[in-house]
Amino acid sequence: MDVKTFAGGLHPPDSKEYAKDKVIERCPLPDELVIPAAQHIGAPAEICVAAGDLVKKGQVIATAKGFVSVPIHASTSGEVIAVEPRLHPMGKLLPAVVIKPDGEDQWDESLQQQDPDQLDADALKKLIGQAGIVGMGGATFPAHVKLSPPEGKKIDTLILNGVECEPYLTADHRMMLEESERIIDGIKIVRKVLGLETAIIGIEINKPDAIEKLAKECAPHNIKVQPLKVQYPQGAEKQLIDACTGRQVPTGGLPMDCGVVVQNVGTCAAISDAIRLGRPLVERVATVTGPGIRNPKNLLIAVGTPLKHMLDQCDGLDGKPAKIIMGGPMMGQTQLSLDVPAIRGTSGLLIFREQDLPRKNAGPCIRCGRCISVCPIHLQPTTIAAYARLDRVDEAESYNALDCIECGCCTYICPATLPLVQSIRHIKGGIMAKRRKI
Amino acid sequence: MLAAVLSLGGIGLVAATALGIAAKKFAVEVDPRELEILDVLPGANCGACGYPGCSGFAKGVAEGKAAPNLCTPGGIETLEGIARILGIEAAAVEPKVAVVACQGDNAKARVKYKYLGLTDCNAAQKIADGPKNCPAGCLGLGSCEMACPFGAIEMTSENLAVINRDKCTGCEKCVAVCPRQVIKMTPRKSTTHVLCNSTDKGAKIRSYCDIGCIGCHICKKTVPEAYAVETFLAKVDYEHDEEAALAIEKCPTKCIRDFSSGYPEGSSFAPPRNDAA
Repeated sequence: MDVKTFAGGLHPPDSKEYAKDKVIERCPLPDELVIPAAQHIGAPAEICVAAGDLVKKGQVIATAKGFVSVPIHASTSGEVIAVEPRLHPMGKLLPAVVIKPDGEDQWDESLQQQDPDQLDADALKKLIGQAGIVGMGGATFPAHVKLSPPEGKKIDTLILNGVECEPYLTADHRMMLEESERIIDGIKIVRKVLGLETAIIGIEINKPDAIEKLAKECAPHNIKVQPLKVQYPQGAEKQLIDACTGRQVPTGGLPMDCGVVVQNVGTCAAISDAIRLGRPLVERVATVTGPGIRNPKNLLIAVGTPLKHMLDQCDGLDGKPAKIIMGGPMMGQTQLSLDVPAIRGTSGLLIFREQDLPRKNAGPCIRCGRCISVCPIHLQPTTIAAYARLDRVDEAESYNALDCIECGCCTYICPATLPLVQSIRHIKGGIMAKRRKI
Repeated sequence: MLAAVLSLGGIGLVAATALGIAAKKFAVEVDPRELEILDVLPGANCGACGYPGCSGFAKGVAEGKAAPNLCTPGGIETLEGIARILGIEAAAVEPKVAVVACQGDNAKARVKYKYLGLTDCNAAQKIADGPKNCPAGCLGLGSCEMACPFGAIEMTSENLAVINRDKCTGCEKCVAVCPRQVIKMTPRKSTTHVLCNSTDKGAKIRSYCDIGCIGCHICKKTVPEAYAVETFLAKVDYEHDEEAALAIEKCPTKCIRDFSSGYPEGSSFAPPRNDAA
């Protein structure tokens, strides 16, 4: 087997054993769904329903605002009981639609099933945008934007991201085992939009069952499965392109600048549903896992399900939680409360207890250079972080701080436990603020 | 030996003459007043005047482009010095001092999460609007302390910024870095202040802070002319500073403080000198 990888990165214990053998279960609907208007990168959608309205599953409740934006749909049928600011996974109070499910879970009749073979690329793109499909690996970038390269940019390679390099998470792994037909159908639709004949699926070799299954099923469709070394952040777009094709995305550029489009496997399954069944993105698979959970599971949840309800399906907490993370442990976002709803980008819910979190106080940098050797972008994290601590924006910029993908390898490896990625993130904000001023 | 002395001496003579001529010919005209003004400025290069350092300000004043009363750190002495040099009347500028309008340190105000990142208030503020439940209180990570060119700010052991009134020159650098606008510029002579910055309702403030202003109006009822209450937050009318101190005893949450009787709990600063008032 020809196993590829990228330069840099590291291998934290992947801890996938908690949930990797758990078959995807449908999570029952909670008493109320909280659906925020901001669930994707780009302009937040504009809420177009009011308290008291009756909505059907899949009905638009917030419309897209601009090109880099997608509409938001009701995740079940029921009554809108409030449109008000609610606690968002970002930690702020942001506008959301609160729906009380009526228990019928009835789809909107106006949603139409389509045959992708009968539609041209532009029509498919439009449908994908209308269905609110975003990158489901966690970055939530609108899919139709990725599929619309500007004039003059030629796309010659489609890479599917089945890497799931974040420790603990197993949602994509289960999707590949259980929903391979939908994934392959989605890949064929994306391929048609881009006018390509082939595609590559990148999967880490800690998922041998998924590699075997997809390799067998993809062979007749001219889709290649590329086994990849278990190395974090293998699933980061730029690293995945490097590993699969050997191409480098130029600094400040996008994958389309080197002729590549990357989509997550979960996104492909959602695209298949959006076209064939006419169903917008209103549910997703999320892994509820971690040492603080009694019975870790992979759940199929409706968008807007509160985290607390997801926990209840997994027999609740084992001990007192000390850290709640939405997403993976490396790049996920720590949450303030379990009342926060799961959104389109929620790939997992992790619970750690105090004893699971080894903590030391940060010491001085001993200049060991480990952060430099693991940085997948080949930056000098310790230097940039030192400038960040002094708020020296220009120097940090000259060390290419803006190219940092915030994967957290530097902070993970630092023997002095310095908050390196946090500092770089802070100064990136400073650089962007300076650019806006000029 | 002689040849060496003569040739080196000759080179020296020629070079000295050339330098002498160049110094006369290319001399940069400096307004003598500019140097005199520079002498009376404090020399802290704090930038509070808006000019690049004290020399930039001195040049601006000498050229008549800068108002002579912009140097807050120098205060009245500097202003009189400049007025003497320029031969103008000194229009006094109200000396100001910065005050942290918060007493909610770690012991008195509650947090919504434990912050483990970079020790910088602006970095903490970006994460879910800061670790404190209070949307407006001091975060206590010391960004203002770092920014102060005069060493006038200290962080107490319970992480509250306290500004020394004797050392503060009113340059406003701390005001610029604070992400929560909790540092206020106030007249130096006024020592009584409401040390709270939250406009939340009383019940909400009580849920996260033991020492915040709950907008109960008791201070206003006690000394009507010295207080105004807006959006559940009392403010001292600095025209009536002396009367304002009468309400301190009555304040149920003890959020009004007269700095002449000492700094907030946990501060190592000695009470301000009386002559500073």
